[in-house]
Amino acid sequence: MDARSGREATPTQERTTMERTSERELVVTRTIDGPAQIVFDAWTEPELMKRWWVPRSVPITLLSCEMDVRVGGTYRLVFQVDPTTTMAFFGRYLEVSPPSRLVWTNEEGEGDPVVTTVTFDEDQGRTRLVVHDLYPSKDALDAAIASESVAGWPEMLDQLDELLLELSAAG
Amino acid sequence: MVQYSDARLDASFAALSDATRRGILERLGRADASITDLAEAFHMTLTGMRKHVGVLEQAHLVTTRKVGRVRTCTLGPRRLEDETAWIERQRRLWDERFDELERIVGERRRKEQVDGRTQRA
Repeated sequence: MDARSGREATPTQERTTMERTSERELVVTRTIDGPAQIVFDAWTEPELMKRWWVPRSVPITLLSCEMDVRVGGTYRLVFQVDPTTTMAFFGRYLEVSPPSRLVWTNEEGEGDPVVTTVTFDEDQGRTRLVVHDLYPSKDALDAAIASESVAGWPEMLDQLDELLLELSAAG
Repeated sequence: MVQYSDARLDASFAALSDATRRGILERLGRADASITDLAEAFHMTLTGMRKHVGVLEQAHLVTTRKVGRVRTCTLGPRRLEDETAWIERQRRLWDERFDELERIVGERRRKEQVDGRTQRA
């Protein structure tokens, strides 16, 4: 991350940072060109949220986005993951302090929720965003990572089995 | 660098060429286990299991640590690589999101300027 000198200029690669800051925490940062109030609106108005939450490169569709943005209010985003599967992302707002701070829970997992805190810090017309995810335990964060990264293992091993069978049959 | 990777690949493939060792990896993918647990699960002697685990360890697919008399096996440094790769994938996802967010913020800001800063709802 700090090898800035030798690298060619790729500003988009440097602008967003993400780090696991502890056993239970993930932190994403980015500075957005614009005042905190508008950036905050983009996180709290469904019509705006819908337009940026799912990147174009991700082959899923945001079907609906309901957000009752007040302390104790709930939100629910429903995605079409593939032609037969939908997935919901939902929880409750714990803190709503426009335009500087937004805290919500993420309750679709098993067990205690993940708590996400977003802070909006304006400086000279630009807004520094910090998205902080606090998992209920180290195991919960490890599992979130493993569910995507180790998921490929059995499949890969099956393919290897097939390959080895073919090779031994051919030999 | 290339030689290092090749040697590592050779070790990985050698380690993966055995069905029991692939089974051990799948099992450790679900949870850590002691050599004794693994030996029982795969109906092997402790010595036989130690050999398999040793091969996986050399290929950096498994790490072990001894606490008291129990040696516990965990998926190896690969797991750390998985975590780094996952974080990088997530970072790119956020980066794309934020690019779009920035466009929307810019759009709205221009709109507000055009509207002459009339009151906002």
